Amino acid sequence: MAAPMAQLCVNLLPKRLGLMSQHINCSCVFFSSSSPLRQPKPLKHVVNYQRTRAEVARALRRKQNFLHHEMVDKHRASPLQSGTAQISEESGEGAPREYRYVMPEFLPNPDFQYRDKVLEKMERRDMLRRRAVIDIPEFYVGSIMAVTVSDPYSPGKTNRFVGICIDRGGRGLKAYFVLRNVVDGLGVEVMYEMYNPTVHSIQVLRLEKRLDDQLYYLRNAPLEHSTFSFDTQPVNLPRDAPVPVNTTKVKLNPKPWEYRWERFNLKGIEPLPLTAKMERGIKEHAKPWEEYDLMLKYRQTVNEDEERSIMTEVFQENSRIEGERKSSRAVLRRKK
Amino acid sequence: MALCMTSAPSQVVPSLIRIATTCCCFSTSKTHYEIRNLARMRIVDNSAIGKAAAEIGKPPRVINVYNRKNVGYLGDKVLVTVKGEMRRAYIVGLRQKQKANVPRMDTNNIVLVDDNGNPLGNRIHVPIPSCLRGKGGDITKILSLATKFV
Repeated sequence: MAAPMAQLCVNLLPKRLGLMSQHINCSCVFFSSSSPLRQPKPLKHVVNYQRTRAEVARALRRKQNFLHHEMVDKHRASPLQSGTAQISEESGEGAPREYRYVMPEFLPNPDFQYRDKVLEKMERRDMLRRRAVIDIPEFYVGSIMAVTVSDPYSPGKTNRFVGICIDRGGRGLKAYFVLRNVVDGLGVEVMYEMYNPTVHSIQVLRLEKRLDDQLYYLRNAPLEHSTFSFDTQPVNLPRDAPVPVNTTKVKLNPKPWEYRWERFNLKGIEPLPLTAKMERGIKEHAKPWEEYDLMLKYRQTVNEDEERSIMTEVFQENSRIEGERKSSRAVLRRKK
Repeated sequence: MALCMTSAPSQVVPSLIRIATTCCCFSTSKTHYEIRNLARMRIVDNSAIGKAAAEIGKPPRVINVYNRKNVGYLGDKVLVTVKGEMRRAYIVGLRQKQKANVPRMDTNNIVLVDDNGNPLGNRIHVPIPSCLRGKGGDITKILSLATKFV
């Protein structure tokens, strides 16, 4: 039964192809009458001559909100338009994509309830002003950092603390990060506000990332994992090198813990010995649907267009500040 | 099998006894780590009574906080029971969430003082928050013992 059917198809095919080729030929002929073959058509407004004279007159008459193509072309070619193209190119110069991760504090709260565009703009301006004064480097959760803060009561008037960054958050001027270290056998954590005027300097001693967004589990890990010497020398990465990811797995102390770490799906800890009760808890509190919840993702992230516009603004302002700094440095050198 | 069965309860029993003898085996204000009455502290100076309390594994408990709120914060004076004695002490480190630039410690630390406000020990072996230096009064005597500020 199959063979005759196939034959039928084969018989039918050439006929169909022939029909199609005829059709194509016809169409080619039809078009070739108006324009020469195999030449790119000049982009020009072509008037449909098959219309009646009345229709053509109606189409060509002067209308509101209508610009004739030739008029537009004339304006584009005029010498008055010479500078405009460059301006549009400049405004199109956006920030690199990593800006979102390098300076996440510039992004507004994705929740519209807490949005205030004027306030955000003013805060951004203040932040950039602060950044012009002190150097806030690129850092991530897991980097080893040193922070110097002015301390009115200390003899040297400044207080330096070194530690691993275990958390980073906040938006705008309230952006913060938390450092953790072990001093004399006691775990110490200090939260610093990045734009706090008492901060003298922020230095990244070792730039690296960890597998998790927050490292609060170091509180329940052996102290050696959060012990860092205050004399650590900064390690410079080669330029344009990707940020290394530290994939060390931490072995947590036995319970009691600060939180139920088994429920957090942490990647930076060794697999935990789970009891039946813990497994039940994981199952009860798991939210597998969140992975597919598009609305949740939408609500938790800033609109891409908005992000681009904000980051472009930040990038341009930053590059302007850098340029000013360079020029001032050059002036200083000349004076010397 | 029988041995296993017998050994398991014997491990459980001492903890049960401890629950029965002390008032509560878990912190009642864990979520905020607030220093209220009966909160357990850690003595960080080298006073003899503090060492003895640490040896027998009975941490001191707060039985009064000398402020209006009855919740202890950094630099507050508290009354604690150590080995059945009442002693006054100053809070020099908290587990609680702190403001910016103020350190948060892994333990709730106190330094014992006598009735005149003089510290019982003569050395403190943990870092002390630098912000305490702004407070006057008896706490300056404690700060003079400190070896390290954070």
